[in-house]
Amino acid sequence: MEFTLFILAIPLAVFLVAGLAGSRMKPRAAGVMGTVGIGIAAVLSYTAAFFYFFKIGNGKTDGAFADVVPFSVEWLRFTDKVHIDLGILIDPISVMMLVVITTVSLMVHIYSLGYMEGERGFQRYYAFLSLFSFSMLGLVVATNIFQMYIFWELVGVSSYLLIGFYYTKPQAVAASKKAFIVTRFADLGFLVGILILSFYTGTFDFGALTADNALLVVNTTAGASFLGLSVATWAMALIFMGGAGKSAMFPLHIWLPDAMEGPTPVSALIHAATMVVAGVYLVARLFTVYVFAAPDVLVMIGYVGAFTALFAAIIAITQTDIKRVLAFSTISQIAYMMVALGVSGFGGHGGLGYMASMFHLFTHAFFKALLFLGAGSVIHTVHSNEMSAMGGLRRYMPVTHITFLIACLAIAGIPPFSGFFSKDEILAAAFHHDKVLFAALWIIAGLTAFYMFRLYFNIFWGKKRHYEHTPHESPKIMLFPLLLLALLSCVTGAIPFSNFISGDNIPFDTHIEWGVAASGIAIAVVGILAASSLYRKGDSHAVRHLINSLGNFYQATLHKFYLDEVWMFITKSIVFKCVSTPIAWFDKHVVDGAMNRLGRGTQQLSSAIKGFQSGDVQFYAWVFIAGALIVTALALVM
Amino acid sequence: MEHYLILSSIMFFTGIYGFITRKNMLAVLISIELILNSVEINFSVFNRYLYPEGMEGMIFSLFGIAISAAETAVAIAIIINIYRNLKDINVRRINKMKN
Amino acid sequence: METANIIVFYLLAAVVAVSSILAVTSKKILRAATFLLFVLVGTAGLYLLLNYHFLAAVQLSVYAGGILVLFIFAILLTKPVIDSVHEEHDRRKSVFGIFTAIAGIALTLFVTLKFKYNYADNTTISGDHEISMKLIGNALMGTDKYQYLLPFEALSVLLLACIIGGILIARKR
Repeated sequence: MEFTLFILAIPLAVFLVAGLAGSRMKPRAAGVMGTVGIGIAAVLSYTAAFFYFFKIGNGKTDGAFADVVPFSVEWLRFTDKVHIDLGILIDPISVMMLVVITTVSLMVHIYSLGYMEGERGFQRYYAFLSLFSFSMLGLVVATNIFQMYIFWELVGVSSYLLIGFYYTKPQAVAASKKAFIVTRFADLGFLVGILILSFYTGTFDFGALTADNALLVVNTTAGASFLGLSVATWAMALIFMGGAGKSAMFPLHIWLPDAMEGPTPVSALIHAATMVVAGVYLVARLFTVYVFAAPDVLVMIGYVGAFTALFAAIIAITQTDIKRVLAFSTISQIAYMMVALGVSGFGGHGGLGYMASMFHLFTHAFFKALLFLGAGSVIHTVHSNEMSAMGGLRRYMPVTHITFLIACLAIAGIPPFSGFFSKDEILAAAFHHDKVLFAALWIIAGLTAFYMFRLYFNIFWGKKRHYEHTPHESPKIMLFPLLLLALLSCVTGAIPFSNFISGDNIPFDTHIEWGVAASGIAIAVVGILAASSLYRKGDSHAVRHLINSLGNFYQATLHKFYLDEVWMFITKSIVFKCVSTPIAWFDKHVVDGAMNRLGRGTQQLSSAIKGFQSGDVQFYAWVFIAGALIVTALALVM
Repeated sequence: MEHYLILSSIMFFTGIYGFITRKNMLAVLISIELILNSVEINFSVFNRYLYPEGMEGMIFSLFGIAISAAETAVAIAIIINIYRNLKDINVRRINKMKN
Repeated sequence: METANIIVFYLLAAVVAVSSILAVTSKKILRAATFLLFVLVGTAGLYLLLNYHFLAAVQLSVYAGGILVLFIFAILLTKPVIDSVHEEHDRRKSVFGIFTAIAGIALTLFVTLKFKYNYADNTTISGDHEISMKLIGNALMGTDKYQYLLPFEALSVLLLACIIGGILIARKR
């Protein structure tokens, strides 16, 4: 399995070449190079998955998929026990993530060849994309939590760079800063959590942390508590905070909608399919520790997830910017995965939630990427993000229309599309575990169907608009990824996921629980019909009537429940005024002042003594003699 | 003996004054001769008054005279060469070598 | 010291001091050279008073005879320019110079007069105590202690180098 190293090495090499020599390359060459690079990585990932599940996996010990570490070097050694390694860990979820990331990344690379054509900084764009792919792949194959943290931050940086790609646009710059600061703030919790955990257990290694059902963590943190909660609970809650930041859980979700200022393919790759699920992946990676050492946190994760999912789904209904609708839908769906983890047990059918979460992550990556790329295709044609500028596009863009419809059906959970299967597993897991959460998820499923079809009808149906120039279908290079992803959205649901991925790595069989599934389908159909009746004909009186009757609630939702304003108040009025301003003053006047004065003093001194270097020999002689006299006089006085 | 020393120090510092203030290179050279001369007087005076049994001071004066002669010869050669090239022997303006 | 010697010393001292001051202050370079001649001759007189007859002879022949002739040649060779350039002393520089000179003299005098030199029982100060030429010759040509063949030879090499260098620098190209 040593070839898995190349999955990381190739995007890194592409990044270095495109980043350093990009300005000397033709834009097209850089794009093709990046695409070919990620294509090779994708092929290698498929090979790795095949080998792992069907060749190595056949020699399972105790019926479980064993971890494989094909490559590991020691990087930093603190003590004999505590050291940080860099390596590659191959196990079911990391292999699955490799496949997801490389596939979506490849689609986005291809799509961008058409979408970004003629943009300034085309080579830079591809360099950043490769950097992101490299970091994300490094994140999922990390052998220890610290390596994961390093790549975690690298992912944050590349996300920052890509959101701010249009750096001449003030909103894009503000959005990139916001994304970086919010996630950075969350990562602080992550780091503290890592440090607490490693302080007690003396290791960073995932293998050691999760070995024997997290015995190490349970034993080493036993007895230690803080504010009435055990240390393990604190550590895992703080680590979840990092995951919540990246995965845009309430109340740290505020950066994701703004991040839509970046190029649309970037949103598809980073802010829909890969980076934002890193938080889910993190929880899944440490799932054993959560189950055995900190079950309270798992409950908290479930409820935070459910609240976020509901909250985001409600906001998504009122947004008018199509990318923002998709952004809130992403938040909602990721929260769904979190809930699934929260309601999961460890092994067998009790661990259905874990499997369902990974399954949903897998299917969601494809249909959400498809939705974003489809939206990108529409934006490419209409040159606007606003729903009001669209309508009746189904005649002009048949391919985009059909693929978008498939994605909408998938996300709404209509069989036989992939979303149905994964969503059904989540609903089933919740149903067996916690009825309150099940009810929430059930409602959200309906809301999801409603807002997705509101979006769909507003774009492709509705009133015919008068366009300044006739909308046209996107070029073939952009349609190809759409078609492929649509195909994946149709078929990935049929994968028997539980045969490959489970909480304890032991495969088990699942079957669709038709009672739960039927209720899920029913509410989805209700949502679709409601959306259809309200939006299919264009702006109807019913919509306006509904808005008026909801009144303040509608306004609050439209403004995302004023959460941005609350955060602004906290940061601006409290943090900035009370903490940052005095520190800034101190820095500016005391630290900088001292340095500036030092610099100015040197300057003045040098200009004062510059005259001595006149080249006038007689003057030198005078100085010499005067100096000799003074020294003599001093010697006499002493 | 102190009188000799007073005289030589007057000579020495007159030489220094000339060295610092004069512009003509030849005048500067004359000042140097004064300085050297005063030092030689000091040598022989110390020899005569404090260590009359030896003659190191005198020999040093002798060598000093020889060296100052050599130095003057070379310096004058240089000055004449400069004069030939620049038509000027003002110390303040002999800075073309700086560039 | 006899009275005659004292009178002669003060006479010579006055000549040397005044001439040296005039040598550095006179505006005309030829006059400065002439005053230098007076200084050098006066110094030779002082050597005679100190009973260093050979040194006095060398002083006269090398300085007054050789170097001064060189000076006068050089002055005459460069004279046209000297006449046209009016020597204006940089005021600040001359103030510095005077100040330094006076301070230096004061300092040296202070040191010289404060220190008590012990030469009361020195009998060679007065009377005829000329060092014989033979002694000087031996000291210059010997290799024992207090004999100076090596510096002498080094000096001769230096002089040779100066002759060659002087010719090299001053010759017309």
